[in-house]
Amino acid sequence: MGFKDYCFKKSLWVFHFGGASCNNCDIEILDCLTPRHDLERFGILLVGSVRHADVLLVNGSINKRDKERLLEIYHQAPRPILVVAIGACGCTGGIFAEGMTFAGPVDKIIPVDAYIPGCPPKPEALIAGIVKLAGRK
Amino acid sequence: MSKKTLIPIGPYHPLQEEPELFKLYCDGEIVRDIKWETGYNHRGIEKLSESKTYDQVFFLVERICGICSTSHPFAFANAVEEIIGVEVTDRAKYIRSIIGELERIHSHLLWVGLAGHFLGYNTVFMWAWKYREPVLDLFEMITGNRNSYAMFRVGGVRRDIDESKIPEIQSVLDGLKTKTDLLAGAVMDDPVIHARTKGVGILTKQDILDYAAVGPTARASGVAIDVRKDDPYAAYPLVNWKVITAEAGDVFAKAEVRLLEMYESVSIIEQCLKGLQKSAGQDIALKIKEIPEGMGMGRAEAPRGEVFHCVFSDGSNSPARHKIRAPSYVNIATFKKACIGQTIADATISLAAVDPCYCCTERMAVAYDSKSGKRLMNARELTELSFQRTSEIKNKLI
Repeated sequence: MGFKDYCFKKSLWVFHFGGASCNNCDIEILDCLTPRHDLERFGILLVGSVRHADVLLVNGSINKRDKERLLEIYHQAPRPILVVAIGACGCTGGIFAEGMTFAGPVDKIIPVDAYIPGCPPKPEALIAGIVKLAGRK
Repeated sequence: MSKKTLIPIGPYHPLQEEPELFKLYCDGEIVRDIKWETGYNHRGIEKLSESKTYDQVFFLVERICGICSTSHPFAFANAVEEIIGVEVTDRAKYIRSIIGELERIHSHLLWVGLAGHFLGYNTVFMWAWKYREPVLDLFEMITGNRNSYAMFRVGGVRRDIDESKIPEIQSVLDGLKTKTDLLAGAVMDDPVIHARTKGVGILTKQDILDYAAVGPTARASGVAIDVRKDDPYAAYPLVNWKVITAEAGDVFAKAEVRLLEMYESVSIIEQCLKGLQKSAGQDIALKIKEIPEGMGMGRAEAPRGEVFHCVFSDGSNSPARHKIRAPSYVNIATFKKACIGQTIADATISLAAVDPCYCCTERMAVAYDSKSGKRLMNARELTELSFQRTSEIKNKLI
């Protein structure tokens, strides 16, 4: 088992970056932590700083102003870091891809390890995505 | 002469789900000034709207804000129906109001949870969000999605609420009432919450009028402003309900108003369900062939206050101009009154008490120079300047 696999074996800590989103994905991410879904039973914890995180969750379309901040946060993150693009906007730009402020989907800005589509993705989908990341080879 | 310390909150801060930068200028523990920066969430929705057909715009305005994802289509539908000059059927009105009020319940529960979280009461957060789940399940049953419901269209609604679903909706509402009792009891009777929220972030009646604040923020200061009463739309004039107000204007009053509004919402939905049974057999949507030239204004009461949409139509199949004003746009300005003079610890709950929603707020604005009062450039002037430059260069070259 390599170092990277060892790091991502269990108890992933996640940091949430909400770009120019409509708030739905942000709320569904928070919803994962509340009693119905309870992500913490998998050892997954939402942390306040990306420096403590194993996973960077990015949702929302990224506009010109967010782009630099996203890059900065990505560079601050400890390596190895997994990046998950959440929702239609995170994956492709979704309905806002034609907008005048749109600065490209997340994978044009930073490397992305997993995509969770949906508008918004259900908490079940989010959990399935993150748990698959934890168990991946 | 004391030195002021700058404490930045955001733009990506664990306190906020959304990107927003607050700068608190502090003197010791006391906040002396506050400034905020927006623009992290600007998506150019008004411009995008002009490139979509009227049917598509509903999906776009729904995604202005995930929490108020009925209020924006509601206001847009009101605006377009004003241009056409039609009134939807009673059944469509009842369905619209049911969705609108369910949204209010889930949004207020969400706020109670977040407010508890900001006060360090994570139990309240977990409880409120647990009680919110049955409401989302109802949404999934009625509309097919937990958020972003896609229920609205010009002239009515997209999906009917089946007779067989009414008992289940009723049973969830009954359960919700007992849970709200429990939550209200826990919040209203807790001495620590009293100590943290009473007398904190006070907005007087005059402040509300000065800043033109709307929604629960205004109602908590004794200003009985509610679009559902002032400019009745959908089924609100057909049912009995009252506007909830409180006098104190502090954070506690805002929580009180929101909790009591949830009871009103439950009562409105129950009356609408009876209305649904009465209006069985009616069409849920009118057949609209084309939208004439003209201007329409639509308003709707979102959980946070008044949503305003103004649509100009040139007779084509997409809006010629679409202007949106969301409630947080005016409510955020009250931070200047609510936070200054408070301690830093109280500033967070004062900020949260307004239930600000930044994704609603990000609109294009014209900037003024604060010193000279001179108007700075707006986007159109900038593009015009750019056009001018291009034509100059063209003239030189040719």
